Amino acid sequence: MATINVDGQQYEVKEGQNLLHAVLSQQLNLPYFCWHPAMGSVGACRQCAIIQYADEDDERGRLGMACMTDVVDGMRISIAAPQAADFRESVIEWLMENHPHDCPVCEEGGECHLQDMTVMTGHSVRKYRGTKRTWENQNLGPFIGHEMNRCITCFRCVRYYRDYAGGTDLSAFGSRSRMYFGRSEDGPLESEFSGNLVEVCPTGVFTDKPFATHYTRKWDLQSAPSVCPGCAVGCNVFPSERYGVLKRVQNRYHGEVNGYFLCDRGRFGSHFINSDQRIRHAGIRAEDGVFEASGASNAIAEAVKLVTMDAVGIGSPRASFEANFALKKLVGEERFCTGLGDNEAMLIELALSIQREGGARTPSLTDVEAADAILILGEDVLNTAPRIALAVRQAVRAEAFTMAQEAGIPGWQDAGVRGHAQQALSPLFIASVATTRIDDVASATWGGAPQDIARVGAAIAHGIDPTYAAADVELSAAGIDFMHQVIAALGSAKRPLIVSGTGTGDPDVLRAAANVAWALKAKGSDPALLLSPLEANSYGVALLGGGLSMSDALDAMTGGSAAIVMENDLYRRGDAQRVSAACSESKMLVLDILENETAEHATVLLPASTYAECTGTYVNYETRAQRFYQVFEPDDEIRPAWRWISDIADALDSSGAGWANINVLIEECAKATHAALATISPPSDYRVEGGTRIPRQPHRYSGRTAMRAQISVHEPKATVDDETPFNYSMEGQNLGTQDGAAVPFVWSPGWNSNQSVFKFQQEVGGALLGGDPGALLVAPAPDSGDASRATKFQEVPDAFVATEAFLVVPVHAIFGSDELSNASWPIVERMPAPFALLNVADAKRLGVQAGAGISGPGLGASFEVLIDDRIPAGMVGVVHGLPGIRAIAAGRIDLSVDPDFIRRPGGHPDVIARG
Amino acid sequence: MSLMDTKPLLGRVEEVGGLVDLNAYEAGQGYEAARKALTSMSPEEIVSLVKDSNLRGRGGAGFPTGLKWSFVPQGDAAGEGAKYLVCNADEMEPGTFKDRFLLENNPHVLIEGMIIGAYAIQAEKAYIFLRGEYHQPYQRLVEALADATARGFLGGGIFGTDFNLDLRIHSSAGRYICGEETALLNALEGKRAQPRTKPPFPPASGAWGRPTIVNNVETFCNVPGIVRNGVEWYQGLGLTEDAGTKIYGISGRVNRPGLWELPIGTPIRELVERHAGGMREGFELKGILPGGASTDFLVEEHFDLAMDYGTIQAAGSRMGTGTMILMDNSVCPVDMSRNLQHFFAQESCGFCTPCREGLPWVEALLLDIEEGRGQEGDLEVLDRNAQFIGAPGNTFCLHATGAIEPLQSALKYFREDFEEHIRTGKCPYHRRHL
Ligand SMILES: Cc1cc2nc3c(=O)[nH]c(=O)nc-3n(C[C@H](O)[C@H](O)[C@H](O)COP(=O)(O)O)c2cc1C
Ligand code: SF4
Ligand code: SF4
Ligand code: SF4
Ligand code: FES
Repeated sequence: MATINVDGQQYEVKEGQNLLHAVLSQQLNLPYFCWHPAMGSVGACRQCAIIQYADEDDERGRLGMACMTDVVDGMRISIAAPQAADFRESVIEWLMENHPHDCPVCEEGGECHLQDMTVMTGHSVRKYRGTKRTWENQNLGPFIGHEMNRCITCFRCVRYYRDYAGGTDLSAFGSRSRMYFGRSEDGPLESEFSGNLVEVCPTGVFTDKPFATHYTRKWDLQSAPSVCPGCAVGCNVFPSERYGVLKRVQNRYHGEVNGYFLCDRGRFGSHFINSDQRIRHAGIRAEDGVFEASGASNAIAEAVKLVTMDAVGIGSPRASFEANFALKKLVGEERFCTGLGDNEAMLIELALSIQREGGARTPSLTDVEAADAILILGEDVLNTAPRIALAVRQAVRAEAFTMAQEAGIPGWQDAGVRGHAQQALSPLFIASVATTRIDDVASATWGGAPQDIARVGAAIAHGIDPTYAAADVELSAAGIDFMHQVIAALGSAKRPLIVSGTGTGDPDVLRAAANVAWALKAKGSDPALLLSPLEANSYGVALLGGGLSMSDALDAMTGGSAAIVMENDLYRRGDAQRVSAACSESKMLVLDILENETAEHATVLLPASTYAECTGTYVNYETRAQRFYQVFEPDDEIRPAWRWISDIADALDSSGAGWANINVLIEECAKATHAALATISPPSDYRVEGGTRIPRQPHRYSGRTAMRAQISVHEPKATVDDETPFNYSMEGQNLGTQDGAAVPFVWSPGWNSNQSVFKFQQEVGGALLGGDPGALLVAPAPDSGDASRATKFQEVPDAFVATEAFLVVPVHAIFGSDELSNASWPIVERMPAPFALLNVADAKRLGVQAGAGISGPGLGASFEVLIDDRIPAGMVGVVHGLPGIRAIAAGRIDLSVDPDFIRRPGGHPDVIARG
Repeated sequence: MSLMDTKPLLGRVEEVGGLVDLNAYEAGQGYEAARKALTSMSPEEIVSLVKDSNLRGRGGAGFPTGLKWSFVPQGDAAGEGAKYLVCNADEMEPGTFKDRFLLENNPHVLIEGMIIGAYAIQAEKAYIFLRGEYHQPYQRLVEALADATARGFLGGGIFGTDFNLDLRIHSSAGRYICGEETALLNALEGKRAQPRTKPPFPPASGAWGRPTIVNNVETFCNVPGIVRNGVEWYQGLGLTEDAGTKIYGISGRVNRPGLWELPIGTPIRELVERHAGGMREGFELKGILPGGASTDFLVEEHFDLAMDYGTIQAAGSRMGTGTMILMDNSVCPVDMSRNLQHFFAQESCGFCTPCREGLPWVEALLLDIEEGRGQEGDLEVLDRNAQFIGAPGNTFCLHATGAIEPLQSALKYFREDFEEHIRTGKCPYHRRHL
């Protein structure tokens, strides 16, 4: 620690930081632009000027940039000194010369860091008389708007996009006062993390384009703390709503999970909430087969009939823990199926058993970023759990930071570190079935069928610790070379990380990953093992468990059992023919959000809330249970799935089988399953400063608008929320000192933009003031410190042998493979046509080229051929989960050319999702 | 005494009467110093020698060359990988043309200086970063490098030692900021020509993150003489406390504009009157920018001062490149300031706010004033901008500091001219041009 004197006050701050970081961590106000808490300093904007005094007697001091000054014990500085304040005002005055001052029509207005800093510095009277420069803007695709006239040339966008996120198609062009930030030509931004530009850019240059199509000021948005439903990472988000429309999703800082950034699936994937595919009314299928809106009570009465017909309940990895719990309770353990497909369920059980055993840490994303050597085994994280890929990109910089430290360059000095270390990267090894979009930072890559990936993994574990069985059949020379490199790099790392997941569908890949981690542990390093499933609550529903597998449930349905299917399109879970048979034989109650193939077979259909319209819990890849709160009340007859189930339970048994509200359900759920579920977020009677509740709306929320005046000139009356600590109004306090799980938006006096997040943190980039939310549900076994006792998976699979028939392996697309986000219109615009990856030789053998169509038994549709160098001969990577694509079973099939295939026009297969 | 003893840089050019090719260069003791250095001196000895000589960088800042070289880690301390020696031949400072003259006429003295420098810091890779528009110097350098390589002075095993030097020319894409040594290194690496944060300084982490020395053309050209004739001789060349000779240049309405290699410390008036032949008939000297466009004006009271680093600095300006721009009584100080600010605003790299946005404002205001649209309060705005843009440390690099030097001094020495423009709404000088 160091003591520094700021304007006469002493502060204890951390050493090794820059002054800007230090004073903001003390919650002091000091304007800045180019510095970013996750990206460090470059000293471009000159906004953060302070006066530094040489010693106690120095009265004049020297002006310097806080972000470029090391914290030194005993130093004396002034933020308030007139020379510094005047200079900071001048910086704004300069930036404003060419700024269009179009705040009233700017999407950033009201949450603009430039507005805030302008007010903070006090600049108000314009002296510059010249004309302003103007620019042509670019069409950057469906996600990001572009309005270059607003640019203040802070360089944050390119630093984020290129340096941090590894993108290549956004650049700084030109020089002097004519700098341009954009692409070399119009076109969608290629990075899967482009959406963060919206929050990184301190002005209205890069804005959320879907948001702009139905724009609302930040102060008129209602939000609540929530969790992204897009994948198993569980990034914390602020979904925001107005008048029943989901307007946008922004990052909600979590010190251990997503930090400051989301992926584009998460940010732009929630517009399904406003989709016209939404199921909005309860309905019953009449005798003539026609489906009729029936009103909730009739539907419930009908549902009750089904439940009494010995119904099976099929839950879902995309429904909340609580909703699954409710359904399980309704049908009973033996009649409940988690809703996971058989194979996925088996993989998840395996992954959870490995985590339970311990032996290796389960890393948060912060831990991922701290790894000093990484092996990715099989999982294409960029497409299955995207935010992990962004964390991996930061981890590979460990080497650069070490080099910088040796050269005496502080880690926060971003340009210095990058310039000094150049292309130096820490070890990252990727063994995958196809090329990935983080290959560019890999030390080496290796391609093989899933079983061969498992074999390489086994060989690596054996190389580290010979008590692990090795693949006794020889690997290719490339495989051996890869293996030796990995063994050397992991073996000498202090914090090695193994990343794998259920994406390839092969359990041996998970086993091999566990073996490598455990072998490292036995060698005395501190390995982490990350095993990611595919969906937001995969682990949650698996931890809940059920007596029926998907096959069991489908069999029961085919045998005539009624079924309650909750938030699950069964066609994505099991063989299409079996699902069809089950759906047509069974009377089904379907509770869901969007219309889908399963819902078409429903006897009773109930409209379920999305994650933004209800409160619940998702359990992420770490088994971190995270609470999301209802942001707004759904329209029409839409209700949370658990609420429907509660009503059905009440109708079945009037003695109070249902739950009065979500708190009661959470309580019961916690008692019956994991106690932590009751403590991961505050209950409804939680009160903050002054005994008040927490507002969902910022205090400037205006009731004065003509938006709905043709309906009524009155604002709708706010509902009283007795289920959560939040108000559906602007009443209450959101000072940031409350429980970290109960921050509904970030705002602080003078800080209207998301930059205000530091006012909610214990220190810049650290934990939230009220603690980072969530709790891990899987506690490793007590003796997990001793890896020698871990189960060793000693069966190594056989090598893959190519045959005439192709081995089908699932591959994933960030934009398209997730069931809900692939109905979000901006995502749809970036979605590839259904594709199949082949290597060049196989494509030749089949007589096809990229862009041709192929099909095969079980594929259902024709897929567009994409050539991928890494796909091994005899294998075809078939994209998983695109709309209209049913579950595709693993196995070998004959491929045939579809001569009538018409390539979908307008797609950008080169830049979307697949490398 | 040959001319080489009093004019180690250009004496041979004078003797030969133009381009000193390899034969001519060798005939005048050429490459003797390099041979001596590589075959009989240790790198440390050379660094000490250059330190003791008191050679100061001729690129503008006057930083002691030997001291800079001593910052380069040697042996194991240097870590793995190459070290680099870079010659800054970007020379885009308005009014400065000394390096060009050296390159066009005496390329081998530069190459020899670089061989010695490279050996001193044990760099086996060297670049000459050449101003893009310097076509003839480029040709001459290409030929000189080929000749020197053919003679075994470059390449592998120089002078039979195990020292190798790979010396290449990099022709710049053409920005003034590429002369700033760290922007130069970025440009050399193929990145945006934008300065780097210091520290790390190039001797610790320069080109491609490796130890690197950047020196000006003229600086390197001083080195062979020092090695050949020793420290005492070198220090004896200077008239004041600085050592060696300096190439001084003069542009403006004098009778004989040009450049001359003279003892460092030659007084300004002697340069103007004796070497440049005095002012042209009908023109009076009003002010000078002593070391290129990015230095403060000096006026009548300073004309008897010696042109050396300390003296000029004490007078409130900088010796800079030592090539002066003269302003006579026919030149409007406002217009001259505007012209200079146009250049600096245009050459801003765009990285930091005060320079990028401040200089164009300054330029626009000066244009307004020059063209009669000046308003009350404009001088205060200029003062404020000059103060905030110009203070070292306020901007990311010294480009903006240099840009403001001529303006702040013009505002000080020629303030009445500015005021008259605003008061009368026109430029009093334009009449004289008619
Ligand atoms: C904006 C700017 C432009 C510069 N241009 C040149 C140049 O063209 N040539 C040069 O030698 N030094 C130039 N310099 C100085 C260099 O940064 C550096 O100090 C010099 O090359 C070091 O060499 P020296 O020690 O031999 O003088 C410039 C500096 C600045 C700030
Ligand atoms: S576009 Fe935004 S982030 Fe990029 S330089 Fe301009 S203001 Fe900064
Ligand atoms: S999809 Fe996954 S990685 Fe992307 S924001 Fe959502 S939780 Fe995070
Ligand atoms: S002062 Fe700033 S903008 Fe100007 S050249 Fe230097 S770094 Fe670039
Ligand atoms: S924030 Fe410090 S210079 Fe930009």
